[in-house]
Amino acid sequence: MTPDLIYGATGIAVFGIGLVGALCAQDRLRRVLALKLCSVGAGFLLLVGAWREPPSTPDPVPHALVITGIVVMVSATAVALALIRRLQTLEAEDEH
Amino acid sequence: MIAPLVIFDLLLALTIVALAVAVLCLRDLFAMIVVFIIFGLVSALAWVRLSAPDVALAEAAIGTGVTGALLLKTLHHLRYVTGRLGQNAARGLTAMAPVPVAVLLANAAFCGLITLGLAVAFLGAPAAGPGFEGLVAQAMPQSGVEHSVTAVLLNFRAYDTLMEVVVLLAAVIAVWQIERGLSEAPAPVMGVVWQGFARLALPVIVVVGTYLLWVGAEAPGGAFQGGAMLAAVGLLLLLTRAYVPQPGHRGLARGAFVLGTAAFCAGGPSGGQRGPRGL
Amino acid sequence: MLEGFGAILIAMGAVFFVAGTVGLLRFPDIFCRLHALTKADGLGLALIALGVALLAGTAGAAFRVALVWFFVAIASATCSHLIARYARHGAGGVP
Repeated sequence: MTPDLIYGATGIAVFGIGLVGALCAQDRLRRVLALKLCSVGAGFLLLVGAWREPPSTPDPVPHALVITGIVVMVSATAVALALIRRLQTLEAEDEH
Repeated sequence: MIAPLVIFDLLLALTIVALAVAVLCLRDLFAMIVVFIIFGLVSALAWVRLSAPDVALAEAAIGTGVTGALLLKTLHHLRYVTGRLGQNAARGLTAMAPVPVAVLLANAAFCGLITLGLAVAFLGAPAAGPGFEGLVAQAMPQSGVEHSVTAVLLNFRAYDTLMEVVVLLAAVIAVWQIERGLSEAPAPVMGVVWQGFARLALPVIVVVGTYLLWVGAEAPGGAFQGGAMLAAVGLLLLLTRAYVPQPGHRGLARGAFVLGTAAFCAGGPSGGQRGPRGL
Repeated sequence: MLEGFGAILIAMGAVFFVAGTVGLLRFPDIFCRLHALTKADGLGLALIALGVALLAGTAGAAFRVALVWFFVAIASATCSHLIARYARHGAGGVP
């Protein structure tokens, strides 16, 4: 039972949960969050791949990749949320 | 006898999975966002256990902090637009046509298959083979910084990071275009205690952000984490109404964004060429 | 000696956090819950920070822990105030 096994399983589970949510969620906001869950799960798997038994240091390249992924994900989330705001405003105007 | 840290790992893993399920199951949207923020912070803790403090910092500051602020702003806007501002619990705001159960089941089954494939690939992967750490350690003297993650991010893979900055810029432009002409929800009134706190916290956040940027050369920290702290400063300014956005300032902000990217373009390639091939 | 003392302080802080969490789960309304939480945040966090500072070794690290404690204490007090204010007056903020 080493951390890489435990957190690898966690990453796979979180990715799966996010995937189900992205496909099945009714709410737009919840779908965006589900995609974000997927990205966190993928981050877990990359970091587990970089992990080494404590005396030796982990591989820095996947770490840099995950940081890049987080920044790109926040950009994508920002655009998605702006689209949601716009859509919601248009729908609310239609109702009135 | 199981080591106490293994028990801690198992508990943390269970908490993370439970929080992920809760994000999808909670009916109240505000509670969903709060649980999502907790999920991000707890997974940052797990990433510290995987000896990745840089990534944990980035996740806590950007993936959770900035994303959380954006989500709350969107929720505030949605409540304002649908005329439910000030209600304690907003149920699901977008009522869509109900999806047939069969479709949901099929979706779930396919997701399960994909996840199963991922698990098989994970278990079948060679355990902890030699990665890039040898190459990186060899090239460290050329990079000019002491911390390996910063070296990879800003020196060896500088073009990659440059594209990341361009993606950020593109996102900012897209958001500006989408939001054009959208009516703004009024900022909530926060009270006197909040004002005092913001006045105290503002200079400190600027210092911490700069410190993160500076310390990134030899220890966990770095440009993006520091940038997220500076973004928090901007948010505080907006919330305390110390700065009210005016139409005239918009051009200035655009110029600053483009200038920042151009500066990175100029500085990036000189560092990029020092990296070893193959990274 | 110092390490043992630090560990004891951290354990005591953890006890306060458990008490605060029990209060959060058991108390009936939002103001009682905030009351329980501030106990955990105030004393529990102070004890844990003290323990960590003892374990930290260098003076610089201890100083940083003290800074972290100071700002978390202020931020949590402000947060509690904001939550209570929202619960009492609503989002409009009119008393």
